[in-house]
Amino acid sequence: MIEIRRVLTQVEDIFHEFGPPPAQPLRRGVVAAVLRNPFAGRHEPDIVPMMEALNPVGLEMARTLLAAMAVPAERIEGYGKGAIVGAAGELEHGALWHVPGGYAMRELLGWKGDAASYAKGHATGQSGNALAIVPSTKKVGPPGATLDVPLTHINASYVRSHFDAVEVRVPGAPHADEIVLILTMSTGPRIHARVGGLAASAIAKWDGQR
Amino acid sequence: MPAQIRKLVVQVDETRIEMGKAVTPATRRALAMAVIANPCAGRYVENLDELIAIGEELGGLLGSKCVEALGIQPGQAQSYGKGAIVGEAGELEHAAAILHPKLGAPLRKAVEKGAALVPSAKKQGGLGSAIDVPLGHKDAAFVRSHFDAIEARVGDAPRANEIVVAVAVTASGRPLARVGGLQVSEIEGKDGLR
Repeated sequence: MIEIRRVLTQVEDIFHEFGPPPAQPLRRGVVAAVLRNPFAGRHEPDIVPMMEALNPVGLEMARTLLAAMAVPAERIEGYGKGAIVGAAGELEHGALWHVPGGYAMRELLGWKGDAASYAKGHATGQSGNALAIVPSTKKVGPPGATLDVPLTHINASYVRSHFDAVEVRVPGAPHADEIVLILTMSTGPRIHARVGGLAASAIAKWDGQR
Repeated sequence: MPAQIRKLVVQVDETRIEMGKAVTPATRRALAMAVIANPCAGRYVENLDELIAIGEELGGLLGSKCVEALGIQPGQAQSYGKGAIVGEAGELEHAAAILHPKLGAPLRKAVEKGAALVPSAKKQGGLGSAIDVPLGHKDAAFVRSHFDAIEARVGDAPRANEIVVAVAVTASGRPLARVGGLQVSEIEGKDGLR
């Protein structure tokens, strides 16, 4: 069921955006895997088996991304995910990525929950890092389509300095019968973040939101 | 003055399957891009030495970023290429100053050897403009399996007074290359062509 045709990684160092450069540049990384869409060209009622089949893909992608970013897992402060479905597929195929993509990064970054109950929608035992939901976007698009993948803080979704998005695009993909699956991570806030709101240092509830 | 770098972007594009057939080993292409301030933006500057020096600096930096991202030894690099997108407050000649006089030598050092011309492309553009950076074998320009191109693009660059400078290095030719011509095994590597 899983056939990965192409993998693209991207690591971006942002030194400034015309303001005073912070001591540490912001690093944002992306991994995009181009897979065959086994449901292309027809309406398949039962697509859920692919969700489980994507679990190892997610983990491999998350590890590839962290390795490409060349920072320890503790340095990751933001994350996001996305999918671009080729023209012979449907948006719902992209939705298969929600659980395996999110779970993979949370697992890698320190989440200590039970994967089986997470897949069923009952998150349990969250006691480590990566408490927050992994934000996402998806769309159906042509080869070379760009997707703005959102980023938020890994422990509290409302941390305003970490609301961000990274533009992802794989030239030449997806073909009509393919899906591009995307994970993204960042090492910090927007480069000149200064619009107030909940600060990462003020996370108090540890409920994934605040 | 050294390059004023706002962003560095490094990509690795790996193709494992093409048209349903396994590509073994997978083709791997790296692309490194720097978004820099254009010191000559907004006016006519006769002498472009400052940009030439920036080109020399970036040839080494971006070349070694590519080699590092591929996880190979410099000598294992196979093809290369370069390109630049000049923001609208600059002129095309600024790209030429960066790319042509001095970028090549440090790039060749980063990939070891490099008898062949470094193929290039340049243009003026705006935010998110894409440029197709040509690729050719680093030791013999006629190697047909390595004629290729890779698309370079930074979503928020170049601003009017910026330049996007791109260097691409690969550890392979095209996936499933089969249109003949000079083969890698036939490279003499002396005149840059064969």
